[in-house]
Amino acid sequence: MYKINPDDKHLAEEFRRNRIGLHSADLQKLLNVFRGAPTEGKFVLICTKPHEEWVLAQLPKTRGGKLHMHHNRVFTSIEEAEWEVFKLRWKHYTGEEFGSLSRRQHQ
Amino acid sequence: MKKILGYSNQISVFPGERIAFMVSSEEGADYEASLVRILHGDTSPEGPGLKLVPVPGPIDGSYKGRRQELLAGSYVAIPDSPLFSALGSFTVQAMIWPTTPDRGAQSLIARWDQETRAGFILGIDVKGCLSLTLGDGRGKVEELSSGKRLMAREWYFVAASYDAEKGEVRLVQDPSVDHAMTDDAAEAIHKVTGNLGDAKRPLLMAAHFEEKLRSKIRTGNHYNGKIDSPALAAGVLDRAQRERLLVGKASPMEMAQVVGRWDFSVEIASDRIYDTTENRLHGKIVNMPARAMKGYNWSGDELCWRHAPDEYGAIHFHDDDVYDAAWDEDFVLTVPENLKSGLYAVRVGYGNEEDYMPFVVKARKGSGKGKAVFLIATGSYMAYANEHLPTDAPLAQLLAGRIPVLYPHDVFLQENRNYGSSCYDTHSDGSGVCYSSRLRPILNMRPNYQSWIGGDGSSLWQFNADTHIIDWLDAKGFDCDFVTDEDLHYHGLAAIEDYAVVITGSHPEYHSRQMWDAMEAFKQKGGRLMYLGANGWYWRIAYHQTCPGILEVRRAEDGTRAWAAEPGEYYHSFTGEYGGLWRRNGRPTQMMAGTGFTAQGFDVSSYYRRQPDADNPRAAFIMEGVEDEIIGDFGLIGGGAAGLELDRADRLLGTPPNCLVLASSENHTDIYLVVCEEILINYPGQGGQENPLVRADMVFYETASGGAVFSTSSIAWGGSLSHNNYDNNCSRITENVLRRFLDTTSFETACRGKRD
Repeated sequence: MYKINPDDKHLAEEFRRNRIGLHSADLQKLLNVFRGAPTEGKFVLICTKPHEEWVLAQLPKTRGGKLHMHHNRVFTSIEEAEWEVFKLRWKHYTGEEFGSLSRRQHQ
Repeated sequence: MKKILGYSNQISVFPGERIAFMVSSEEGADYEASLVRILHGDTSPEGPGLKLVPVPGPIDGSYKGRRQELLAGSYVAIPDSPLFSALGSFTVQAMIWPTTPDRGAQSLIARWDQETRAGFILGIDVKGCLSLTLGDGRGKVEELSSGKRLMAREWYFVAASYDAEKGEVRLVQDPSVDHAMTDDAAEAIHKVTGNLGDAKRPLLMAAHFEEKLRSKIRTGNHYNGKIDSPALAAGVLDRAQRERLLVGKASPMEMAQVVGRWDFSVEIASDRIYDTTENRLHGKIVNMPARAMKGYNWSGDELCWRHAPDEYGAIHFHDDDVYDAAWDEDFVLTVPENLKSGLYAVRVGYGNEEDYMPFVVKARKGSGKGKAVFLIATGSYMAYANEHLPTDAPLAQLLAGRIPVLYPHDVFLQENRNYGSSCYDTHSDGSGVCYSSRLRPILNMRPNYQSWIGGDGSSLWQFNADTHIIDWLDAKGFDCDFVTDEDLHYHGLAAIEDYAVVITGSHPEYHSRQMWDAMEAFKQKGGRLMYLGANGWYWRIAYHQTCPGILEVRRAEDGTRAWAAEPGEYYHSFTGEYGGLWRRNGRPTQMMAGTGFTAQGFDVSSYYRRQPDADNPRAAFIMEGVEDEIIGDFGLIGGGAAGLELDRADRLLGTPPNCLVLASSENHTDIYLVVCEEILINYPGQGGQENPLVRADMVFYETASGGAVFSTSSIAWGGSLSHNNYDNNCSRITENVLRRFLDTTSFETACRGKRD
């Protein structure tokens, strides 16, 4: 059974370069783990201004429950949000921060 | 959060007809109403932009706002009767199959008044045990429990007897199946000191009466699960009498005591409930609980309820069933006589709040000679109405290949489950939603609407995605009329026979037999079909035969399904027809449109590559002016013309032998997977990067009657039409086809070289 390996950071770089669309088989496997998690707490985006602004949110545990919105995580592009969520999920699965890599790669 | 919502009583009207609108202004704010013609509902800055054309008219103006409640939850209502008031001692009984016995108090059979707290409720208590509540109407309420928890999805015989003389209640909870190490059977006797008060209310099943409202009632403690063979008798029945009553074998003397014995297997296709006794305490269902459900005595010998109705005597109730919101009418539009056929909506709104209530205006019979008609896929819109997949289904992110983007309507629907679900959802008890109604606000049938499933980019789906095609028709100056799926269903060929061409939207997925047959008859008479989408004619549906605005889908044994119907429940309750895929009904989509569903994925779209058949002289009119090898490598839906859901030609599934494959898509991502009905033995390599079945085939063929069919076989096609100010190879191909299809000159049908 595939498990996310902290040594797979090269996949993060691949994702950072192309966040939506065709991925390598290894990256797709990793993304399938991220995206296949149970519903509770799962990250989604809520569009607050059509085509302009998205806010990070998490799904509730139960039907009818309120979504938990992270009002301090507002994005002006979906690709930006994809990268942010990737880093959050990476930390969840590996316990490792992605800060240094992301800082370096954003330069 | 949405603060104003509404719906109309009709989905399509002729000029001169009346259409009523029901509005809820959630905070009571007054609002403005106006009529608009919908040309383009996509707000993306990458496209032509929103085009809602105001149509000044008599409804323009301000309206008094009021909140209207949407009361969800299904139940049976038996009108009040003196026989109920005459009850002293009584026995109430049924077979039940609870699905959420651990989810708080639920009422099974109740003649109860919440205000006076008079009457009785046979129910499930907060501990999940069978219970009887007795109220004398003077403040004394006693609740007696079986003391044994019911298990979910197990059949039980349940009964409660009240002996007024002895002041005694007997509760019987008898499981149909005995499980080892399970203690769920009970026969409990309790002393009571109160009397049975006269509730003076209707007898309800699966809920109890709470409050009389202006035009409906408020009910409470909705039950999730099945009820079968409910009965009510005067006096205390013993075990043998209860058992004989259950199976309809009570003696004439015993029957004299029976107030009502309701047989849900009678008139299954209706909204009526039939009392088998001569008291004729017939009733009706409210909010359309699921009928034609397997009963406690289902043997499995027959899989169709029409063949063994007595084994389908159960109704499955849900606390989130919705049929008709039954809101009070706010205003009526008499459609102006000179209003052009088209897709319209009444806009209601105040400040930044707004809602649109769409409908189609049809052309008068006979005025469409030689024109094109756009078939608005209201059946498919209804099947998707108010779907909750991005919040309910863990697989949504895998399907989309992205983080799902939710919009205000998704948040509203997540938090307001009383607005009902789509046929892609499950009920709160996990059972599939097999009915969907348009007599409620449908938040995803709106211009401006974006969907998590609509691919990268504009992210449109169904109703709003179809406006890409409507806009293109307008931009190109085509004079096109409009009809809906319901017109095709109810009026058959007459709804479209005047026209030279029928144009579909992006995803005409749901069709009744009547709709299929009407379209086939249109083709047989030389009509031309332009299928500008994919995954069409996929699911068989049924419209209710007497209740308007509701359809049924049974997710039978195959196909891409968000839930699966239970074995033995594959036949529509509305008609008795076998449900499921049209392909499993012997009619693959290839028989209708030349291509049929082959793969889906919802991240990015791709392009088509020209195929050798494009150079066939028969296709010259289609490819005129299009020399490109690559077609549609642009677009608002996922960045390409081939995307989301894809169809392919397949001779063995019914693609006609003279069908030309003009172009095929390629290079789809691995989010795109072959549909499950293609997979007999599962094997690796189902993704778009490996499997040749992951493609859209653009096809053309002539019919034997001189008509023709053109199919793009991709949901994303419409999103490419406006690219480069409508000047692109997708637009050119579509225009070439439509212009030739509008020319009534017969297509050649003779086989060259064939003898007469």
